[in-house]
Amino acid sequence: MRLFRTLIAAATALAVTAFVAPSFAADDPGPAAYAKSLNGKRVMLVPLAMGFDLAQGWAHYLKKEVEAWGGTFETRDPNWVVDAGAQAITDAIASDTRPDVLIIHAPDLNSYSKLMKKAQAAGTYVLLVDNPANYPADAFVGSDWDKLGQLEAEAAIKGCGDNSSKKIGLVQGDQANSSSLYQYAGIMKVLEKHPDFQVVAKPDSNWDATTSRNVTTTMLQQHPDICSIIDFWDGDATGASAAIRDAKLDGKVFLVTTGGGEKAADCDKLNDGTYGAVVMTDLARQSGDMNAIIKFLLQSGQPAGTSHSYIYTLEKATTKADLKPDSCWDLKALQAEAAAK
Amino acid sequence: MAMIAIGWPNWRRLNQEGIVFAIAILLFAAAAIGLPGFLTADNLVAIVRSVSVLGILALGMAVVIIGRGIDLSAVAIMAMSVAWYLQLLNTGTSDGLAFAYVLAGVLAIGLFNGFLVAYADVPAIFVTLATGSFVFGYVRSQLITQDAVPVPQGHWVELLGGVRFLDIPVEVFVFAGLAFLFFLFLRYTKWGRYIYFAGDNPVAARNIGVPVRPMLVLRYVLSAFVALIAGLLTAASLHSINTRIVNSTLLYDIVLVAVIGGIGLSGGRGGVRNVLVGAALIGILLNAMTIIDIPLLYQNLIKAAILLGAIIVDGIINPRDEQTAQQGDI
Repeated sequence: MRLFRTLIAAATALAVTAFVAPSFAADDPGPAAYAKSLNGKRVMLVPLAMGFDLAQGWAHYLKKEVEAWGGTFETRDPNWVVDAGAQAITDAIASDTRPDVLIIHAPDLNSYSKLMKKAQAAGTYVLLVDNPANYPADAFVGSDWDKLGQLEAEAAIKGCGDNSSKKIGLVQGDQANSSSLYQYAGIMKVLEKHPDFQVVAKPDSNWDATTSRNVTTTMLQQHPDICSIIDFWDGDATGASAAIRDAKLDGKVFLVTTGGGEKAADCDKLNDGTYGAVVMTDLARQSGDMNAIIKFLLQSGQPAGTSHSYIYTLEKATTKADLKPDSCWDLKALQAEAAAK
Repeated sequence: MAMIAIGWPNWRRLNQEGIVFAIAILLFAAAAIGLPGFLTADNLVAIVRSVSVLGILALGMAVVIIGRGIDLSAVAIMAMSVAWYLQLLNTGTSDGLAFAYVLAGVLAIGLFNGFLVAYADVPAIFVTLATGSFVFGYVRSQLITQDAVPVPQGHWVELLGGVRFLDIPVEVFVFAGLAFLFFLFLRYTKWGRYIYFAGDNPVAARNIGVPVRPMLVLRYVLSAFVALIAGLLTAASLHSINTRIVNSTLLYDIVLVAVIGGIGLSGGRGGVRNVLVGAALIGILLNAMTIIDIPLLYQNLIKAAILLGAIIVDGIINPRDEQTAQQGDI
């Protein structure tokens, strides 16, 4: 009897299993695992400042993504002050609501190295965005600044043409920020291959538009036949363009710069001829890359600081000729979208 | 003492202004000989232009310093007032109304600075440091959406930037005009003269019936107003204003221009000529260093070394006046 019962039970179990199995197959384990690893996770962005296009764009796209997978997204605004950024990171690591992922926009190669180590030791994954630093973060997402410099130099050479003076002026950022140093290295690599082109001056703007205007004015007076100027950031290239305008050299000096691809900052100025070429970062895609690596890290189960990846964003020199309606993203539209919510 | 310092240079007794003037002339001569393209009309205009906004701000600062004060809110007022103005325009406020708001705001901050220093007896350095931070923080967080605010296309501020007489940009004329007005004010008006008395010895000035406190308020209002003009000129040239400038070294450069020209921080000494000398030195120095292509780090080092040298020499030649110096002086 006992045996019979057992057999029945086994048969029932078998039947049930056979019956249930197909529904197991239809139930994708992905979403549950995804939700388990991501739900309630905290992501914090500490840019150089929240007041400029790149940071506002990243914050907009990341917030949308992070909140969609059930995480919380926060930003801190050091307002260009390195110490304030360090304080924000220190507070974040020490707080009860320590972020699981910290996205840092480093002001220079070294300032935040120790803090990033601390964050990883506490279990927070560290992402570097846009500006590289001398620290093996879990991932770097941003431009390959060397390559970006090469693209700028190629655009400048093309903008000058073969029958020009072949004189190029640079308006560098500063001598501490990696984006400035690597950009310079990239430009020089290309110019080495074109020995007929020469850099006639390479002052620093310190990322300030007035300084950029003043040094460019001097540069243009010393070398009125300059055919192209490369200014290292669209945030201060308005100064270089003012100097070109004042010297009545509009259309004669091909101004190349780089930026986050914001409409008013880049596309509008390509369109009206202020800039000849802009090496633009695809900000939405860059934010998407960040989001993907964040999701990977949070699900990987690996301790912070295990792997180090470089996720370089695709860059392209855009000129007026290849402007398309979707070449730029529109900060005003994003702000209006945020305000409408 | 004050009378000598604002007259023609007293060559028998070399003061800081004389030293700086001599350095400026030497630099100018060296650059004219050694640097091709330095001694051209265009470059000389560029030099003056590059220090025009700095010089205008330094004029306002000079008046405050002569009256034994300091205005650390100047750069914040300059950048934030214009940023707010442009933001109002960009969001559709009518020009007249926007300008009225901003002008009222600027004058209110000047009055507030002056009131706290004159009537609440709070040291100027703390008052203006605080109001500067407040102005920046309030405007940045409440009134504008991002660091850089563009000038609307075709607006008069944009057109102003393109104004030229004899190929000389408009800010040079504004600087020259303001310098002349400040010179007349300080030299020939009763209230201008009173500033020296109040700066040299506030207690004595009050005892002889000088309206020390209302005049103090006036100086901060004047400084705030001058900052607004400087901001408008900056926006005119660049077609936008970037509030990041508040974090830059501009404020120190303004004090540098005033102090290096020989306006003593203890008050009562100096005038417009000192500002012009200081601005000339900085302008020539920066221009020459840019032509030689000296990296920014070294430029700052050289600038700082010259300032330090001038202050040390001044300290040796013109020792502090123990009779009127008091605790809390800067």
